[in-house]
Amino acid sequence: MAVKDYIRERFFPHMWCQGCGHGIILNALLRALEKLGMSKNEIVMVSGIGCSARITGYVDFHTLHTIHGRALAFATGIKMSRPELNLIVPMGDGDALAIGGNHFIHSARRNIDMTAIVMNNRIYGMTGGQYSPLTGYGKMATTSPYANIDHEFDTVAISIAAGATFVARATTYHVNEMSKIFEKAILHEGFSVVEVMSQCPTNYGRRNKEGDASEMMEAYKKITTPINSKAKQENPDLIERGLFLQVELPEYCNEYEKVIAKAKKK
Amino acid sequence: MSGNIKFVQGNEACVEAALYAGLEFFAGYPITPSTEIAEHMAVRLPGIEGKFLQMEDEIASICAIIGASLTGHKVMTATSGPGFSLMQEALGYAVMTEIPCVIVDIQRGGPSTGLPTHASQGDVKQARWGTHGDHAIIALTASNHQDVFSITVDAFNMAEIYRTPVILLFDEVVGHMREKLTIPEKGALEIVERLRTSVKSGVDYHPYLPREDGRLPMSDFGGEHRYNVTGLFHDMWGFPSSEPKIVHGLLRHLVDKIQNNVHTITRTKEYHLEDATTILISYGSPARSALHLVENRRSRGERFGLLELQSLWPFPYGLVRQKCRNARHIVVVEMNMGQIFNEIQIAVDHPERVFLANRIDGVFITPTDIRNIIRLIQGKGV
Repeated sequence: MAVKDYIRERFFPHMWCQGCGHGIILNALLRALEKLGMSKNEIVMVSGIGCSARITGYVDFHTLHTIHGRALAFATGIKMSRPELNLIVPMGDGDALAIGGNHFIHSARRNIDMTAIVMNNRIYGMTGGQYSPLTGYGKMATTSPYANIDHEFDTVAISIAAGATFVARATTYHVNEMSKIFEKAILHEGFSVVEVMSQCPTNYGRRNKEGDASEMMEAYKKITTPINSKAKQENPDLIERGLFLQVELPEYCNEYEKVIAKAKKK
Repeated sequence: MSGNIKFVQGNEACVEAALYAGLEFFAGYPITPSTEIAEHMAVRLPGIEGKFLQMEDEIASICAIIGASLTGHKVMTATSGPGFSLMQEALGYAVMTEIPCVIVDIQRGGPSTGLPTHASQGDVKQARWGTHGDHAIIALTASNHQDVFSITVDAFNMAEIYRTPVILLFDEVVGHMREKLTIPEKGALEIVERLRTSVKSGVDYHPYLPREDGRLPMSDFGGEHRYNVTGLFHDMWGFPSSEPKIVHGLLRHLVDKIQNNVHTITRTKEYHLEDATTILISYGSPARSALHLVENRRSRGERFGLLELQSLWPFPYGLVRQKCRNARHIVVVEMNMGQIFNEIQIAVDHPERVFLANRIDGVFITPTDIRNIIRLIQGKGV
């Protein structure tokens, strides 16, 4: 199946701003699904609210556009009642880790089989550029006009600590790498987290003097490095990208089957 | 038949009824005084290959059941006031997306943490207006375990018929009290199953296109039809739209499908109303005290009657007006500061004849409490 068969073509061009990284994530995801040869009917995509959440409108899967921060909770209900479906849950950084932070860590803890994508543009874009838990110290936003004093979460560290069994980071610059990570994440049986660093030139780049979209993407090349690289040893400030963790642990829907078996014996 | 008689808490009666109605999926979070519902579900559901989930909070609980309902299952969650407050946003999502679900609120004293183990009926208006925006809602209640059973089955049926969340507003007394429950034989109560589309795979399915009778057939999410669901105003395909005609039409549909069926949805029980000059109106556990007082007065030849409401929303204004036409005194018995009293005043021809007999201190209202208030109304002193 070609990539264009996965989309709802009539809704294009998409509503994301010029230069936004989210369209690149959509592209990389669809290419991953194409590589895996997945059919549209076996994929359920659940999103929350925000720029990221609009991704559900553009794909011809079973799509559920829910409320802010709760996409994983809705997805849990769907996955538990129909475990044969493949759940993909794209979220924004505020969506996943501010308002949805509790659902994020508990979904990871259960190790329920779904792919959570954190489309991290470090800002609340839809509402016009307020700081999120991933904006970072010293950064400018409409609600941190004197520079942000909130420190950022490390999505990878949180995911590992919370019990996710597949944890990776990618950027919109390293698009082939991102697509390959998506392939692995979707195939992984358990809770997978893929954080994608995605540029928001309109509401983040502009205020933080990071240039236009291409300059922001170029920067991803400079500020990131593959995991365990020599560059990281020389410059600890570099952000690592790649696959941090993949372990096989009991998956939640499978575990529940054991509960059913025990209950039936009684 | 005797095997179907149980001595149980109201919360357990609710569980039995939900299973009778075909419940397959429950998600919840512990909160007094509703916790026994989750506990019994945890025991019972896996044995019938149903799913029980204890989520991280009440918000996740209601979101999980909405997701599960969409895939074609009958679903429920249970909570109390504080948890019900947390559920309000997602409740509105279920209203907007027309996804059937049942939400049980075993009411306790509020606001805030309030009185976790005491009785109250303080969530009546929260059930009606807790979620934002114009909408209609169905809320049902009961005063004894047999009625808890039948009204819970009704709740599941109405959720399917109207494609809407239905709220079961019980109170701490009903939830925790133990009394006899006879579980009806299979088939004794009508069960409404999910109305599924007859549109074949590969043919354009419109998830939000009502049939001529107003009902919207569903297609199990993740099944043969792919479609979009959103909490935004949406067209008949489920795609977002802010076109004024579509917005207006959808909001009217959401309200009208329930308000226009108020007569079908309304559930009441009537005791000695025909010639009553003093009518008590009550619901939930206070209706037990009201009934006790009415029977007592009747035995003394006084023309007392009771109208017990088992559906609170949509409020049956027309029915209340008609029943109260000849009453000299209308006494509303409830455990809040007049949340239904207000509605009765709106409903009747003579609002000055409506009085409130309430308790708001967490103590169950007794027949003596009601009697004392009636003596005041009649100018007899306490």
